[in-house]
Amino acid sequence: MSDTHAQTVAFVRHTEIPPAPPPAGQAGAVKWMRENLFSGPFNTVMTLLGVYIIYSLIVGIFPWIANSVWGVDNIRACREVTQGNGGACFAVIEQRWQQLLFGFEYPSTEYWRPTTAFVLLFVAVAPVLFLNLPRALLIFTGIYPFLAYWLIWGGIILIPITAALGFIVGYFAFKRLEHNSFAIGLFGAVAAAVLTWWLTDFLIQPATRGVLFGTDPDGMLRGLLYQPEVASRNMGGFMLNMILGTVCVSLSLPIGIALALGRQSHMPIIKWICVIFIEFIRGVPLITLLFVANVVLAYFFPPETTIDLILRVIIMITMFSSAYIAEVIRGGLAALPRGQYEAADSLGLDYAQATRLIIMPQALKISIPGSVNVAVGLFKDTTLVSVISMFDLVGMIRGPILSSTDWAGVYWELWAFAAALFFVVCYGISQYSQWLERKLQTGHR
Amino acid sequence: MTIATDPPKASFRLSMLINATRYRSYTFQAIALLALIVVFSILGNNLAQNLAAAGLNISYEFLGDPAGYDINQQPIPYNSQDTHMRASVVGALNTLIVAFLACLTATVFGVIAGVLRLSNNWIISKLMSLYVEIFRNIPVLIWLIIIFTVTANVFAPIAEFRLPRDGSDPERTLIFGVMAFTNQGVFIPKLVFGDNGALVIYTFLASILGVFGLRRYARNKLFNEGKTVPVLLPALAILIVPTVLMYFVLGRPVGVDLPEMGRFRFEGGLQLRTSFIALWFALSIYTGAFIAENVRAGILAISKGQSEAAAALGLRSGRIMNLVILPQALRVIIPPLISQYLNITKNSSLAIAVGYMDLTGTLGGITLNQTGRAIESVLLLMLFYLTFSLTISALMNVYNNSIKLKER
Repeated sequence: MSDTHAQTVAFVRHTEIPPAPPPAGQAGAVKWMRENLFSGPFNTVMTLLGVYIIYSLIVGIFPWIANSVWGVDNIRACREVTQGNGGACFAVIEQRWQQLLFGFEYPSTEYWRPTTAFVLLFVAVAPVLFLNLPRALLIFTGIYPFLAYWLIWGGIILIPITAALGFIVGYFAFKRLEHNSFAIGLFGAVAAAVLTWWLTDFLIQPATRGVLFGTDPDGMLRGLLYQPEVASRNMGGFMLNMILGTVCVSLSLPIGIALALGRQSHMPIIKWICVIFIEFIRGVPLITLLFVANVVLAYFFPPETTIDLILRVIIMITMFSSAYIAEVIRGGLAALPRGQYEAADSLGLDYAQATRLIIMPQALKISIPGSVNVAVGLFKDTTLVSVISMFDLVGMIRGPILSSTDWAGVYWELWAFAAALFFVVCYGISQYSQWLERKLQTGHR
Repeated sequence: MTIATDPPKASFRLSMLINATRYRSYTFQAIALLALIVVFSILGNNLAQNLAAAGLNISYEFLGDPAGYDINQQPIPYNSQDTHMRASVVGALNTLIVAFLACLTATVFGVIAGVLRLSNNWIISKLMSLYVEIFRNIPVLIWLIIIFTVTANVFAPIAEFRLPRDGSDPERTLIFGVMAFTNQGVFIPKLVFGDNGALVIYTFLASILGVFGLRRYARNKLFNEGKTVPVLLPALAILIVPTVLMYFVLGRPVGVDLPEMGRFRFEGGLQLRTSFIALWFALSIYTGAFIAENVRAGILAISKGQSEAAAALGLRSGRIMNLVILPQALRVIIPPLISQYLNITKNSSLAIAVGYMDLTGTLGGITLNQTGRAIESVLLLMLFYLTFSLTISALMNVYNNSIKLKER
């Protein structure tokens, strides 16, 4: 055979050609740019447009940051330094950061208290967010609300302690009665808690305080047991947004679960109560609910009682967010295959057991991303309280700071500061939610 | 063989109200109903006592009283002598105007950003991610105030458009002679309708219906007979020709009123106030970021196999988009899109922060403060938004059912 070849083919290569590097236009950065940036006339135009937008953003923002002014007392001094070179006047944040974060009436000697509460918040939510942390940390999560209340509002520590005591007694009562039925356990727990609060009421009366501390205001244990009280109306700044956000989200989760279960229920009266509540709340803007908190809700409390505006706002925002959370959880419940319900039934579990052991763990897992979205949205919506003249971060900027003679006209720096604060928190939460989503996804397959 | 007998019928005992599943639900519902009645009667009782103590009563008579305040944007004629009722209607119309326009522009922003975020172009997709993340994670109220501040501070004051006394040219002139961006708002030309002006508009609306008819005809032709009917040019013709004909036949009943610089202020034209512009733009660009995410999710939800299969059938890329991808993607996109529209409508109540006179500004703002009728005003306000939301939701349910995948 090789002979015939020898006659027909002049040359046969016996060795392989060594691989050549790809042409310059088909490799590395050039290839990437050709594929991703300049793959056609339209794409090229878009790339150039994009580059131009980025260029103008940088040109616009760079001198603003590079020439920024720190350490002056008012806007006129600031203008003298910048001399119209477009520098930012970040001195306003240096001067007023306490007001921006804590409001203008929170006593400055007590700033460490909300700060501690803020730091501890991370410890408290960590075991909820990251399931591989030791479960014992959940005990601190349980303690945290009472601790945070005492830190931020101050007063005698016995108030949060008795409140916590009621919950603890209620928990043990529930454990004791649970074997009868869930409903009996629940009612027993509520009764036990109320009884505890009623019995320990004397502890928090002013008279007791006199016994505990005497007339000496600098008693030995004073710092540990008693912190100067700060009234609710003195809360402000970003702290107020954080308080409203965390309190309302954590309260609305259990309420939302109850509403979602109620809406799925087969009992028509309970179902319709939940449906009407959810649809009503979801149909109206939050501002109208805040108007209710501001001017209407007081009419529905018993005469002669005064309820803090902040508490009224918390009530309304909690109602608002629980309706949204309920819809998210209903989505989770609906997404569960029917087989799960039927399997629970065939095991002989009753409704409470099936819900607690089979349905809810799965439904909650499915609805975590949605709930986080609701939480982020709610946290952003807490800025709306500035409309009913509460001094949250937005209210502080619009009111006391921009209308002061020192800083009237420093819009950009202040709004950029506010936007940055919200961005950090909201972006952080949504990144967490995406991480969790990815993690749960791999868990399923 | 034994005969199966019915199990002995248990006679009703009182303990079955708690222990038997079939009766227990009645117990729970009775308790719930009772609790509801108790709560409502306590609240009602408190309300009655508080109202009596304040010497008030629940009455909507105030709606007939003269309002006594001005509204700076009036879609229907209104003056301060008109009633609170009319002021509320003006406010409600303003809400609907800004919500409708913001829905349109937010959809445009959202679709563009959502599609571009999926683009192969690295810079563009990153820019769009930046846009989406920045706008989604900062409260709309902050955006609204920032945009309001920008429009009020960056655009030129009206004074710069004035003719100087020495006869020299003014500092600024109208863009193309028809528009002006000032710190008091944007001035644009206004349409003025003559005697038969409405007929022209009706003709135009009818042409739009005609275009839909044409599309449907072309579609049926394609599906039933396999013939393609050209759509684009005939549609344009249907859209333009009858309206233009009508316009000239009726003797040009629709005119344009251009804004002109008077001695102190603009005369003629239509003034879009700063508050309106800021609210419109803020709502559009904020909600646009959310819509972009919905659009992206909708497109990503269609598996690649669909477009490959369509290509294998020999469809061109435009047809693939129109006949295969979009109908399926829209099924995913539309429900969240509608709820974004509802969000826009609800968020438009933020108007009160920049002084745009929507329903929250008139009924929930000035009327409430002037008359002190807090409960009545807030209730009416909620009722308006509730009616609007529920109507849209009901329509959406009808739509959802009509496009639902028909499975076995």
